[in-house]
Amino acid sequence: MKMVFSLIVWAVLWEIAGRLKLSTIVPPFSAVIEAMFEIAPTEKFGKAAIITLRSFGLGMLFALLIGIPLGIVMARVRGVGRLLGMWVNIFVSAPISALVPILMAVVGIGETTVVVTVFLFAVFVITLDTQVGITHADRSLVEMGRSFGATRSQLYSKILVWSALPEILAGVRLGAIRGVKGVVIGQLLVAIIGVGELFEVYSNNFLMEEFWALVVIVFLFAFAISEAIAALERRVEYYAASR
Amino acid sequence: MLRDGSLGKAYLITAQPLLLGVALCGVAGIAFGIGMGLSRTVEWLSLPVIIILQAAPMAAIIPLLTYMYGIGLTSKVLAVIMLAAPVIVMNSYKGIRNTPPSLLQMCRSFQGTRAQEVLKIVLPHAAALIFTGLRLGLAMGFIGIVIAELLITPTGIGDLISYHSSTADYSKMFATIASVVAVAAISLHLLQLLERRLFP
Amino acid sequence: MIVEVRNVSKTYDNGRGEETHALRDVNLTFPKGQLSTLLGPSGCGKTTLLKIIAGLIPRNAGEVLVKGKPVDGPGPERAFVFQDFALLPWATVLRNVAFGLELRGMPRPEREQVARKYIAEVGLKGFEQRYPAQLSGGMRQRVGLARALAVDADIILMDEPFSSVDEQTRRKFQEDLLDLLRHHQKTVIFVTHSIEEAAYLSDQIALLSPRPGRVSKIVRPNVDHSRSPDEIRRDQGYLDTVDEIWGMLRQYV
Repeated sequence: MKMVFSLIVWAVLWEIAGRLKLSTIVPPFSAVIEAMFEIAPTEKFGKAAIITLRSFGLGMLFALLIGIPLGIVMARVRGVGRLLGMWVNIFVSAPISALVPILMAVVGIGETTVVVTVFLFAVFVITLDTQVGITHADRSLVEMGRSFGATRSQLYSKILVWSALPEILAGVRLGAIRGVKGVVIGQLLVAIIGVGELFEVYSNNFLMEEFWALVVIVFLFAFAISEAIAALERRVEYYAASR
Repeated sequence: MLRDGSLGKAYLITAQPLLLGVALCGVAGIAFGIGMGLSRTVEWLSLPVIIILQAAPMAAIIPLLTYMYGIGLTSKVLAVIMLAAPVIVMNSYKGIRNTPPSLLQMCRSFQGTRAQEVLKIVLPHAAALIFTGLRLGLAMGFIGIVIAELLITPTGIGDLISYHSSTADYSKMFATIASVVAVAAISLHLLQLLERRLFP
Repeated sequence: MIVEVRNVSKTYDNGRGEETHALRDVNLTFPKGQLSTLLGPSGCGKTTLLKIIAGLIPRNAGEVLVKGKPVDGPGPERAFVFQDFALLPWATVLRNVAFGLELRGMPRPEREQVARKYIAEVGLKGFEQRYPAQLSGGMRQRVGLARALAVDADIILMDEPFSSVDEQTRRKFQEDLLDLLRHHQKTVIFVTHSIEEAAYLSDQIALLSPRPGRVSKIVRPNVDHSRSPDEIRRDQGYLDTVDEIWGMLRQYV
């Protein structure tokens, strides 16, 4: 049986656990689904979603615009790679949330800080994976390109980036997942806006159905983005094996 | 800076839930990951959930822990476990599943039993990825404990950061944060060196 | 006849309802104490057939008899040498060679003693404490061979054992293999796609044709193995065999 169907088993267990009132914070699954359909169309949710998506989108955009080129430069220019490499490696596994208070002190309390948080969460893994992808791009393809007279920019645009695309996409996918975490954490820590605010409100007022409904929505969002990029990755995968 | 006892004391407080959480999560997570790797049924039940948990922003649930378990050690340990477990389980699971089929066939060709297969081939091969999982789990644990300390109630390092932030003593706040990043980076780097030594 | 293959068929289902007939109605016998080769182009099912004889892959029809009795799985009378060596990367040469005995529960001192003997026989004396990563491809395959010899099986099944090493090493290997077999009375079933290799080593060659895999001809090379390797490679009987086989196989390329 396809693996996705095991989630149905979990949904049933959740339902049972909720009905049996096994824990005060776990309402039945059906109640959560109901709440989902209740809050989704509301204006409050809509506004929160827009703020959140905006911060997420902007942060990711910057992460891509800076991370990918930086990764390429780090891979092709030896000195830069070595200089920045250590820092990228440190920050890729570092608790970025620890940096959020600094951001608050420097950038202030507001949406901008959240955008910067998203950026910081995502950019390092994107840079790292891009660098790895370009570094391990097929050397013989590059040589082939040069033997047929490809210019520098042609080598990049027609060979290198394509050869590294699977790794780059993998980095983008991980970056997106981190970005979602970044926007949630940013909103919880920095400015209580968007979905972070909703989480606060629901949990403070013990509105458990709504809380879990929001959790499911955010989780689904993160999952959807991850799968969308994974689908892109799969389309590129067909040539990855023959590199 | 903070050569007085405050930084050291803070780390001692922070280290407890971090290490406790990673240790618990390590043992349970590895066992579970191995279970997933060896049993198709366990895999079927758990894999979608683990994948979702990996992608999910667990931070949203951390404040909820406070309601359940108060503001003490338990919540913080749970925060660490919640963030570290998925990656530990995934890596252990992958380590088991990625056993080269050639080695398994070789074992069968010499009439090895399933138990021998698991003990002599699958597990030793998975050891490398399991260790990687632990290392990544520790990284996630750092993240978990920092978030927990900033979100739940400040203790340890989170407390220092918030305190210096509220008293606008930014240089001290910066120093504390830098130290967290440094501690995380150094311990993870050391683990990576150890990993390369053990599994060439 | 120590091994008999009767009416063996093997089909693979690719999950979309399409069936591939890897082998169809294969009948072969293998004389005891001789080196028989399964030869053919890629996709003719020779490795599949070998693994069925080894009991590593199930068959869809027919039976395999070893020493007169039907077999369904691996057994102590058959030992397999793998194309990609299949050595435990975390174990020393000594442990790797002794692995088959370790699985049988032979006590350590005993099995290490046996292992050392065969390590020396394949020419790896002194390398007992090395790890596979420290060995060349040729040496790794010697470990694989020693492992198969150590369990004292009557039948050794070799799956393109020399295809992952360079040409020079390969020639030396072929010579050493024949040497080794002179001292040990083993039956060998060998899989290769190299005509020269088959003609040089074999007492009997079964040519397999692809899609579906079946035996198209059996050739018995007329090669005098008492002569030196270089003489054999210039021997007329050897050269004729090679030409004959190529004539039959070229239509499948």
